[in-house]
Amino acid sequence: MAFKSEDDAKAYWKENVGIMIKLLIVWFIVSFGCGILLVDELNTIKIGGYKLGFWFAQQGSIYSFVILTFVYAKLMATLDRKYGVDDE
Amino acid sequence: MELQTLTYIVVGITFAVYMGIAVWARAGSTKEFYVAGGGINPIANGMATAADWMSAASFISMAGLIAFMGYGGSVFLMGWTGGFVLLAMLLAPYLRKYGKFTVPEFIGDRFYSRTARIVAVVCLIICSVTYVIGQMKGIGVAFSRFLEVSYDIGLLIGMFIVFFYAVLGGMKGITYTQIAQFCVLILAYTIPAIFISLNLTGNPIPQLGLGSTMIGSDVYLLDRLDQVVSELGFAEYTTQARLSTVNMFAYTMSLMIGTAGLPHVIIRFFTVPKVKDARASAFWALIFISILYTTAPAVAGMARLNMINTIETTQSENLKYDERPQWFKNWEKTGLLKFEDKNGDGRIQYVADPEKNEMVKIDRDIMVLANPEIAQLPNWVIALVAAGGLAAALSTAAGLLLAIASAISHDLLKGVFAPNITEKQELLASRVAMAAAIVGAGYLGFNPPDFAAGTVALAFGLAASSIFPALMMGIFSKRINKEGAIAGMISGITVTLLYVFQHKGIMFVADTSFLGDMPANWFFGIEPNAFGVIGAIVNFSVANLVSRVTAEPPQEVQDLVEHIRVPCGVEEAHDH
Repeated sequence: MAFKSEDDAKAYWKENVGIMIKLLIVWFIVSFGCGILLVDELNTIKIGGYKLGFWFAQQGSIYSFVILTFVYAKLMATLDRKYGVDDE
Repeated sequence: MELQTLTYIVVGITFAVYMGIAVWARAGSTKEFYVAGGGINPIANGMATAADWMSAASFISMAGLIAFMGYGGSVFLMGWTGGFVLLAMLLAPYLRKYGKFTVPEFIGDRFYSRTARIVAVVCLIICSVTYVIGQMKGIGVAFSRFLEVSYDIGLLIGMFIVFFYAVLGGMKGITYTQIAQFCVLILAYTIPAIFISLNLTGNPIPQLGLGSTMIGSDVYLLDRLDQVVSELGFAEYTTQARLSTVNMFAYTMSLMIGTAGLPHVIIRFFTVPKVKDARASAFWALIFISILYTTAPAVAGMARLNMINTIETTQSENLKYDERPQWFKNWEKTGLLKFEDKNGDGRIQYVADPEKNEMVKIDRDIMVLANPEIAQLPNWVIALVAAGGLAAALSTAAGLLLAIASAISHDLLKGVFAPNITEKQELLASRVAMAAAIVGAGYLGFNPPDFAAGTVALAFGLAASSIFPALMMGIFSKRINKEGAIAGMISGITVTLLYVFQHKGIMFVADTSFLGDMPANWFFGIEPNAFGVIGAIVNFSVANLVSRVTAEPPQEVQDLVEHIRVPCGVEEAHDH
């Protein structure tokens, strides 16, 4: 184990799970939330020719997924460095 | 130049490239054969993963489905991309850290049980075989339509090409050909979409074109589409849901966790050097996939509008059957498009009412393939679409076949029946297994079983209800033990299979469903294809309950879980 202490290992894992849960909440909101559960309400708003709910279901959710995986990779790289467990 | 000649040239060039790569990227060790040596750059792996993932179904069928399902088709768009978020955060980095060759191997080690490994192999083979039948059919169909050879000859040519680079190069050959195939398929998908978007809206970016106004008017394209389909009696395009909100929710979730649990996608993440490369690779894969998946809704909406405009040239002035365009005649020949002049006026009526509708058959699959012809695009674009469809089918077939071959040679032969074989013997065995898998898949392609159409949904259901929960619990819980994991996988699969077979017939043979198909009695109105998520919930619950009442996993297994949670000190993918 590359951690300095047992406590470090626990803290690292806790922060890791925290990042994951926050990002998964966003993942849920942009797809299941905006694209399915709230679609009718959002459809009353229009952006160009797109009804907003329809846009989330067919475009916006996918763009958000791309951003989420990018942010995840960045945050985890920072976390790895903080605990000195990055593989350099 | 003649379309036929052009198609031969374009397809011929792409095939020559794939074969050239195969010779260059031969595998010399089991490590190269199973995980391409473990040294693939994350961007390259992202591209290969994208090609691996985007099958004939994504390329040919998806936009056609959305064209007719409208908003309801969003389940495929969100489901087949959102799964990569789960893969990136829940599975890929940890499985890469674990650093071995196959998915069943992880399940066998983590649950310290040969039985668990064999159960995982069985799930993997069922998922992958059902999936590969669809790809083989896609290859045969694409050849027979574009190159005017018979379905059987087309399939044989396709098998030969895959055989060449998959047996010779294993994962290494497959990875580099998939990169080339990604380039071909993404160009073939986006170029026609750009042309069509320009024609209709003047905007060259299809994703923006779909939200723009029609050229020469200030009516939005989507409003126009909603209006024309409503006038014909169909549900409004942008609000037409798939059955119910609960069903759309379950369907999307099933596809997402099914995607994250499909072994041929997971093993792609074993090929990168480090844990952080696995995370980066998931991001790159999703970027490359999203190019196609955000273009698809534009292709869908525009194709539907173009088709209706062709048939109903001006308001209630329908096309005369005798004056139908060439593409209409071509597709009639294949039997995928059928017209029946019910009212005998010699004109084509396309309406929602089945009594009056004269377009008695419009196969969903022709929308993407016929789209460039409907929009009267140049011949080279049509030739490119043929090459793209073939690239999509070949790349996915190769990835699936590798997952099957490695499960047989590495998990069953080396792991269970003959642990003492040398690496050289195992490499030979993996090549033989690959060859056998291709011949087997080819056989199923020549004689597609009756249930073939329903089985892709089954593959997702099984991956969602068995493999995904087992992997996730194996990483995030130290308490789940061998008894729990095995009971969970078996009960998850059983519930999913029983529900699907009850409503669709045992092995999809009609009239064998034991209580009769009864949409009225669907569990919360969830259709069978969307049931994987319920199977997954059963799996999680049973595994937790059983683990609670049985002994906790041994210390070395708990140490293994600790080990995979730390990103550093990754060893290269290895055997022991």
